[in-house]
Amino acid sequence: MSTKEKETIVTLISAIVIMGLYSLYVYQNYLKEDWTLINDFKFWGTTFLIMIPVQIVSQIIIHIIFAIFNKIVTNEDMDTMSDERDKLIELKSIRIAHWIFTGGFLTAMTTQAVGMEPWAMFASLITFGFLSAIISGSAKIYFYRRGF
Amino acid sequence: MAKKITLPKFDLTNNIRTLRFHANEMTQQELADKTGVTRQTIVAIENGKYSPTLELAFRIAHVFEVKLDDVFTVKFNK
Repeated sequence: MSTKEKETIVTLISAIVIMGLYSLYVYQNYLKEDWTLINDFKFWGTTFLIMIPVQIVSQIIIHIIFAIFNKIVTNEDMDTMSDERDKLIELKSIRIAHWIFTGGFLTAMTTQAVGMEPWAMFASLITFGFLSAIISGSAKIYFYRRGF
Repeated sequence: MAKKITLPKFDLTNNIRTLRFHANEMTQQELADKTGVTRQTIVAIENGKYSPTLELAFRIAHVFEVKLDDVFTVKFNK
């Protein structure tokens, strides 16, 4: 297995873990106390704004730890080079993520068009944003395995 | 009404494995380094799983000092 594949698997697992832990944190500290916050725009705005740096910083830390661990176990350096095939695979997986997130955005707008509560829109955006990351990561692994 | 054009299908094969052998048993990593790609890309090309860009195809031919036709062969299906 190439380091690119390993890296993608680590990104996938860490995305699931970070999202799970962050959701649990938000539920335990805010929603458990006051369930009416579920339709509060300020609550969702803050949740989204904090989630972005939390995910970025966590992913960076996890990748540094993975690079050190990988070097100790396999004595291989991380593959920092990106050639034409890597770029094509990246483009294909980004396109998949884009389509899924577009679907999520349309779903979110539909929830409001049919008169559902605000939480449905935010939940759709978070769910499809998360799904797009997972599916595009899985597609990347599939393309690397298939050759292209 | 626009006329539908049917493009012929073709198989792209390559002789990279043979050329590497004749080039002092050059390793995939050595070829990758000389052409500026990763070893995984060379593996994918050798196994026919990935068709390289024209630029990379010429670079591979240049490494072995042969013509492009000697590296890649195209066979059109009827």
